[in-house]
Amino acid sequence: MNPILKTVLQRLGLGLVTLFLVSIVIFSAVTMLPGDFATAILGQSATPETVAAFQRQIGLDRPPLLRYLFWIGGVLQGNFGESFSSAGGLGGGHARTVVSLIAPRLKNTLFLASFAALIAVPLSLVLGMLAALYRNSIFDRLVNLVTLTSISVPEFFIAYILMLFLAVRFPLFYSLASVSPETPFLERVARCALPALTLVLVIVAHMMRMTRAAIINLLASPYIETARLKGVSPGRIIFRHALPNAWAPIATVIALNLAYLIVGVVVVEVVFVYPGIGQLMVDSVSARDIPVVQACALVFAVTYIGFNLAADVVSIITNPRLLRPR
Amino acid sequence: MTELGYWTEQVKKGRISRREFMGRAAALGVSTAIATSLLSKAGIAAEPKKGGSARFGLAHGATTDTMDPAAYPDTGTQVPFWGSMSNSLTEVDAKGNITMDLCESMESADGAKKWVCKLRKGVTFHNGKDFTADDVVGSFRYHMGADSKSAAKAVLEQVADIKPDDKQTVIFELKGGNADFPYVVSDYHIPILPSENGVGDWRSGVRTGPFTLVSYEPGVRAKLKRNPNYHKPGRPYFDDVEFLTIADVTARTNALTTGEVQWISRADLKTLNLLTRNPDVAVTEVTGYGHYVFPMDVTVPPFDNVDVRTALKWALNRDDIAKKVFLGHAVVANDSPIAPSVKFAADPKPRYTYDPDKAKFHLQKAGMQNLKVNLSVADTAFNGAIDAGVLYQEHAKAAGIDINVVREPNDGYWDNVWLKKPWCADYWGGRPTCDWMFTVVYAKGAAWNETKWANPRFNDLLVIARAETDEKKRADMYAELQQLVHDDGGAVVLVFNNYVDAHSKKLAHSEIAPNWEVDGLRIAERWWFA
Repeated sequence: MNPILKTVLQRLGLGLVTLFLVSIVIFSAVTMLPGDFATAILGQSATPETVAAFQRQIGLDRPPLLRYLFWIGGVLQGNFGESFSSAGGLGGGHARTVVSLIAPRLKNTLFLASFAALIAVPLSLVLGMLAALYRNSIFDRLVNLVTLTSISVPEFFIAYILMLFLAVRFPLFYSLASVSPETPFLERVARCALPALTLVLVIVAHMMRMTRAAIINLLASPYIETARLKGVSPGRIIFRHALPNAWAPIATVIALNLAYLIVGVVVVEVVFVYPGIGQLMVDSVSARDIPVVQACALVFAVTYIGFNLAADVVSIITNPRLLRPR
Repeated sequence: MTELGYWTEQVKKGRISRREFMGRAAALGVSTAIATSLLSKAGIAAEPKKGGSARFGLAHGATTDTMDPAAYPDTGTQVPFWGSMSNSLTEVDAKGNITMDLCESMESADGAKKWVCKLRKGVTFHNGKDFTADDVVGSFRYHMGADSKSAAKAVLEQVADIKPDDKQTVIFELKGGNADFPYVVSDYHIPILPSENGVGDWRSGVRTGPFTLVSYEPGVRAKLKRNPNYHKPGRPYFDDVEFLTIADVTARTNALTTGEVQWISRADLKTLNLLTRNPDVAVTEVTGYGHYVFPMDVTVPPFDNVDVRTALKWALNRDDIAKKVFLGHAVVANDSPIAPSVKFAADPKPRYTYDPDKAKFHLQKAGMQNLKVNLSVADTAFNGAIDAGVLYQEHAKAAGIDINVVREPNDGYWDNVWLKKPWCADYWGGRPTCDWMFTVVYAKGAAWNETKWANPRFNDLLVIARAETDEKKRADMYAELQQLVHDDGGAVVLVFNNYVDAHSKKLAHSEIAPNWEVDGLRIAERWWFA
């Protein structure tokens, strides 16, 4: 069997085990939250009878172990269940399945994440390589200064600054990114410009710094010295000789940041009123809509595990030594 | 009489037209805004115009929201689904009076125990179905019965039976007399739904209201368009409306100033001065029925002693809290939960002001030199509860009262703190009548009687007043009830909050209703493009 395939399959298996453990953690954490859906939805108007009627209907009166088995059994068959907000009387004919709630939101989130990643990843790689090439020059310092500043301030602050200058003072972009499924593609891009820009500013520094550090590290090694002595141009040294060996750490950082783009952008979603999955999860947690919370958490876990797996595979492919650990 | 006054009189008498008056006023150097306000004082508002697409930014809305009237937790559902798409049997107008909506008349009999409703003729639902007595019965039954999960269940406990008399008449039989029953049926939880076999159907989104549903994404937006067959002549004015949930207050403000929306609820009080500088934006402020309160459990020492309660009431500087916590956008309360704009509101004497000496006096009367109590607060109860608690702590020190402010977690506040801890913070959206407010929160045995107060005179009088139909006698009774709550009750009512909203000057409106926020939740029906 191809050793790369074997490693990938091994990692995939480990990923599944991790997912299973994560599902237990998610379930216990959600179960331990104080309060429940009935009291969260009814708020002050919760009388003991209404709460009891609610709980019976959404099955909260069953023991936790049973609920977990029921849930995980459904998930294994691809059935994530129904949102509590559609349970019984509250949703009736309009069954609100978890999938129907999450799918459009996830699509939005993936759209915004890809938009930001398409700008941020090439940008940070190029900036990182240039910074390594011209290290300690004015350019290097400037790039570091700007990216470190943008990562050091909270993302909502960047968002507000961008909104103030690019939407309010100079109305170039939309201040609200409230897209709907019917929004045409170009308008969607225009509406998402500011949130995507915010995310780019937030993640560029990390990837750019890692690229720069990894390449500078390699530039000190003997084989680069040799290349330089035989007269290879600096650009070619970095591109042909240094970069292939630097992929492993860079890929790990890119994977981390891409995962962040999917799971960690709730603040940006709130500021720009973007209907993404982060907002859905926060709403569901505060309403104790457990099936949705659990499904969101699983999606996030899969995202992290998947990107880490991809980063590992990239590392292995670019560095065959990792295939045969001593 | 000044020349302007003369022309105002002329227009009032109808001798000159509105347009002519504006011209004369302009000639006298009076701005259009002032001339318009003169007109509205004279009882002549700018005539509403039809047309336009309006977008509103609401502070509420969650992905768990549904069209089910059993819940309607906040304005994110109340405004689009009740205020824009539906009607109830009755409606509360901008003055706080009850007017008929889907009813033509409501007559009481048998000491207000029996109510006969004549329904409006010729009303149709959005799908063309005729509105009949069956729909009313189904809509009410939906909230009643053992399996109901409705927030209106408690209010409708008083209904013994509801049945159609003929196609256009419904008869309510109550368990006890209630002269305020027309107010009860105006509740936003009780829109009239199309019903089949006595079961109201809310799922279709088909209602009788001024707008019909186009699309709805929970927690994001609701799009509606004008109902051409609406039963109120001339209304609504907008062609279509869209409600956006914009939870973040800065985003909401930006949405208004960049023209994404024409109206936002709950403007940011901290930056309100900056917003009013914008020449295209106007701010509206109405004192509602909602109030912030620190209820004490009067069955637990030391709150079981009325002198301790009175001492605590004198030890609070309400003006300071209105000024510092609510930045002046609140009206100081006087330990009665009835807002000044509610019918039969009285102003019980003495007004509780900040007086540490009186507080000390009452403390001594209770046989104490000093007092140490816990006050549980969280911002879930109301925004600023923690700040209000800490200010109260400072105020009370001068009276020898040591208030230990306990900061509770927001999560699970209603489960673990409210109705459980002896003294905590709470918020009430307020009710349109004295009886409703008292019955829900202050009557003995009420599920939400947060003070566990059981004053025999109060409880007897409450039942008598409810069935009394003589207005004069009722006014006296409600004055006494308010006095009792003020003197003996366990609630420290801080302030009545103002609804501070902002809108583009492209929108116009008449007097704004105080009964709920967002112009009585019916902004889409009542506002228009200037």
